[in-house]
Amino acid sequence: MEAELKKLKEDVLGKIAEASDSKELNDVRVAYLGKKGPITDLLKGMGKLPAEERPKMGALVNEMRQEVTETLEARKEVLEAEAITKQLEAESIDVTLPGRPVNLGNAHPLTRIIEEIEDLFISMGYEIAEGPEVEKDYYNFEALNLPKGHPARDMQDSFYITEDILLRTHTSPVQARTMEQKEGEPIRIICPGKVYRRDNDDATHSHQFMQIEGLVVGEGIRMSDLKGTLTVFAKKMFGDEREIRLRPSFFPFTEPSVEMDISCFKCGGTGCNVCKGTGWIEILGAGMVHPNVLEMAGYDPKKMTGFAFGMGPERIAMLKYGVDDIRQFYTNDTRFLSQFQRTEV
Amino acid sequence: MLVSIDWLKDYVNTQNETAGELAEKVTRAGIEVDAVIDRSEDLKKLVVGYVEECGKHPEADKLSLCQVNVGDETLQIICGAPNIAQGQKVVVALPGARLPGGMKIKKAKLRGEVSNGMICSLQELGIEGKVVPKAYADGIYVLPEDAPTGTDALDYLHLNDHVLELGLTPNRADAMSMLGVAYEVAAILSEDVKLPAINYETAAEKAESLLKLRVDAPDDNPLYVAKVVKNVKVAESPVWLQQRLMAAGVRPLNNVVDVTNFVLLEYGQPLHAFDYDDLKTGEIVVRRAKDGEKITTLDDQERKLEPHHLVITNGEEPVALAGVMGGANSEVSDKTSTVVIESAYFAPASVRQSSKDHGLRSDASSRFEKGIDPNRVEPAAERAAQLLAELAGGDVLEGSLIADSLDRSERTVTVSPDFINERLGMKIPFEEMIAILKRLKFETEAANNQLIIQVPTRRQDIRIEEDVVEEIARLYGYDEIPATLPVGESVPGGLTPYQEKRRLTRRFMESAGLLQAVTYALTSDKAARQFALQPTETTKLLMPMSEERSVLRQSLIPHLLEALTHNTARQNDSVALYEVGSVFLESAGELPDEQEHLAAAVTGLWVDHSWQGEKKAVDFYVLKGIIEGLADKLGLVLGFEKGELDGLHPGRTAFVLKDGERIGIIGQVHPAEQKARDLKETYVLELNLQALLAEEAAPLLYTPVPRFPSISRDIALVLDQATEAAAIEAVIRGAGGRLLKDVRVFDVYEGKNMEPGKKSVAFSLVYFDPEKTLTDEEVTEAHDRVLSALAAAGAEQRS
Repeated sequence: MEAELKKLKEDVLGKIAEASDSKELNDVRVAYLGKKGPITDLLKGMGKLPAEERPKMGALVNEMRQEVTETLEARKEVLEAEAITKQLEAESIDVTLPGRPVNLGNAHPLTRIIEEIEDLFISMGYEIAEGPEVEKDYYNFEALNLPKGHPARDMQDSFYITEDILLRTHTSPVQARTMEQKEGEPIRIICPGKVYRRDNDDATHSHQFMQIEGLVVGEGIRMSDLKGTLTVFAKKMFGDEREIRLRPSFFPFTEPSVEMDISCFKCGGTGCNVCKGTGWIEILGAGMVHPNVLEMAGYDPKKMTGFAFGMGPERIAMLKYGVDDIRQFYTNDTRFLSQFQRTEV
Repeated sequence: MLVSIDWLKDYVNTQNETAGELAEKVTRAGIEVDAVIDRSEDLKKLVVGYVEECGKHPEADKLSLCQVNVGDETLQIICGAPNIAQGQKVVVALPGARLPGGMKIKKAKLRGEVSNGMICSLQELGIEGKVVPKAYADGIYVLPEDAPTGTDALDYLHLNDHVLELGLTPNRADAMSMLGVAYEVAAILSEDVKLPAINYETAAEKAESLLKLRVDAPDDNPLYVAKVVKNVKVAESPVWLQQRLMAAGVRPLNNVVDVTNFVLLEYGQPLHAFDYDDLKTGEIVVRRAKDGEKITTLDDQERKLEPHHLVITNGEEPVALAGVMGGANSEVSDKTSTVVIESAYFAPASVRQSSKDHGLRSDASSRFEKGIDPNRVEPAAERAAQLLAELAGGDVLEGSLIADSLDRSERTVTVSPDFINERLGMKIPFEEMIAILKRLKFETEAANNQLIIQVPTRRQDIRIEEDVVEEIARLYGYDEIPATLPVGESVPGGLTPYQEKRRLTRRFMESAGLLQAVTYALTSDKAARQFALQPTETTKLLMPMSEERSVLRQSLIPHLLEALTHNTARQNDSVALYEVGSVFLESAGELPDEQEHLAAAVTGLWVDHSWQGEKKAVDFYVLKGIIEGLADKLGLVLGFEKGELDGLHPGRTAFVLKDGERIGIIGQVHPAEQKARDLKETYVLELNLQALLAEEAAPLLYTPVPRFPSISRDIALVLDQATEAAAIEAVIRGAGGRLLKDVRVFDVYEGKNMEPGKKSVAFSLVYFDPEKTLTDEEVTEAHDRVLSALAAAGAEQRS
């Protein structure tokens, strides 16, 4: 009997070792430990043994059963681990294949520039003012100290709709309108928008383009405030190392008038192709609001003064991004537009 | 304005400045120097030569074989110019010479003959063809007989000079003259200005014995000065005069005309010279033109005159268009012997009108238009008389004919130093201000802490206190202005709700996968109303530059489609663009109704992930989904109703509704239109952004997250193909009661196994009670109500 037991144990342990997957292992378990299995038979057959042998045999059979069960469990874990490894191997992918693309759009480069400027001035307490693109001659010219027949009107040949209505040639009429609305109150505004001039479209001219202007009116506003404000703007927009330089200029709606240059952001001022060797780049026009303009809008130029500045987002974008043809902004070629996807922060 | 520094030195000392330094200082003080031109750039080894012999080249008809004395030797030089002749003084480029354009002169053989250099034309010396005297336009430049042989030709031709090209703003008309520039430079360098000394002998005969003058339009012509010069010999001007004119960009003609141009450049005072004999009547009458009168101007154009044009006449017919151009009938020619010099003040508005009407801008009109110095009219006439006496051997008759009602008084501007410093945010000392005004040669009196300034009439731009602020600041130096920030009450800045939502809209469109486009507002008459939701009368330009850009658009779609075509023609088949821009509709007011719109145009693939088998072309529902997503962001519920619009596919177009109002359109471009535009299947949308964003969004309040499970039931219905899902959904929602929380289409099927003309639409219904867990009975009760309502509506359940 003992020999039989030993043989049985060898058989079953051999089968367990041979089982190559969970199913085979389970078959072994059922075959040997099941109700009809030899071990159960052995236990059943104990009754036939002499009473004094039973406890010893019982202990032996249970011991064997215990060992078989443990071996089964151990084998099961091994097989399961093998199975998972196999499954993982089978499921392995090529991680270098392209991902599922997300459709990505982005803002037009001019919008990008304009919003950057808007946000900068908003942080300094400015509001955004807007006005019509089809404008009255009065707001576009007369209210800005450009009466009919003024020689400076030559500077901006205009698209007229009627004798008194035209496509605005600059965003300055928004200043005149805002002053009229605010009725003598202090003002801090930025006015972005589209403007139009009778120019043939070429690499540097566009009959439609963008402008962004600023206006501050209040008591005791000085030219030094203009310089300080423009310095903040230049550093935020073009980098902390930028220096600015003001040059006298002329605009009918400001007096004194200035043009602002910034030190070249490419060469830092030593001279290169971007700054045409001068070390300086012309960025914007500005000045102290002309007393006639204040007066026409109902402000007392003796009490209130102000400054205004205006710039071209196209020019800034061309300088900043190295675009060499203004028509790129209006052709809407996606190979151009989609280049302005990523952040510069 | 082109300013020769060599010439400028006649009036102001610039000794200590290089051309570059001077240019920088002038620019920083307010007149932009656009360029500094070195007239001797690339010129080397040029001498005055004397052509001792000139014969034909034995082998070439068109070439001459010359023996040219160049001082220390005589060289054989071959010349191709037709005007070469024995006995001429010429400019010779010696072997080793350099000429503009990188040309190097070497000893060479031409058809077997040696040539030891080159005889030069003015163009070869870098002078622009349009200012070269006509006699030398097609050949070499011939120097006067007394030109010293063998000397440096650059010195002789005054070419060792720099020219400053000034970019003048309209206010600085004073700098349209050499004297004006001299005053500016003198102010910058703290130098004096030396005016030309005018003295000449006059003949005994009086000008008034030959000429009569009458001005009938003194408002347009408040000052007219005429001088008469007899016995002039019309000839070529001396080299120095020719060179000064050429440096200033003016073509020399003859000594009489050159003198008038020289004085124009020197004083900024336009002059005109008439041939006295051609005037015929011995009379000058300035008057308005008669209706129908004509004049042929110096450029040989016949011009029709109108009564508002000011003309100079001989008492009978016009001889000049006042302030703009002279008439051909009284032009100075080789035969002229008696000259009438006109120096006048014509009113800016009158000249501007004439110049504009005739499309004729001249050096004269551009100065009169901006307002000349009233105190230079007479000196300029005297200066011209002096030069005609000197250079043309003329006898200047005594006296001038003058018709004068011109106010020549100087303006007084009074300003306090405090005002100046307050405006600038600076503390410029009083003495410094006085010093600057002195540099400007403004007569200034300081009294009661006020500066009382007499502004010279040459500076018509200085009128008010602020103008003085600028003068002081620009000469003190803008660099000295400190940088401060505005003080005073500061209010928080920000966007208006509309501006904020417009930004949100743009961001949404971009994250939905569309690129922002910016297109032109001007379009053709034909395209102006295409795709417009509510087309109106168009807004047209008075004087368009082209038909393509003549009318303001009423829809953003046409130009977006153009952009799509541009891209698909360049191998980019999948394009998704959007734009936010204005359209221009008729309105009852003065200005058109400008509406800000949002539009999009999409073509090609929307999903393109082909290696995993995902590829999907854009369709109606892509754009609809975008609008719905946008509406969710804005907290709006929009409706869609099938509609038609010219240019769109009649079966695939919907109006977008907000509160029952049509605020937009969405649809496929009509196949015929697609074909015409060379586009594949393309979808567009356009919304009135102002209407979309009009109301403030409701405050955001949280709804509790459900604590009880929901139960869903599906229904598949067989419907007529034309039945819209929204109608069925409305029936379901109407019958579902309070427990029905959501209805969603999850399947649409037509085709196989379906009766023709029918489709199957499957809905998923979600029931939910926020108070408790739903029982099966409650759901069944509600669902049965839905089913019977559907049955009543004729929607049969699919078996």
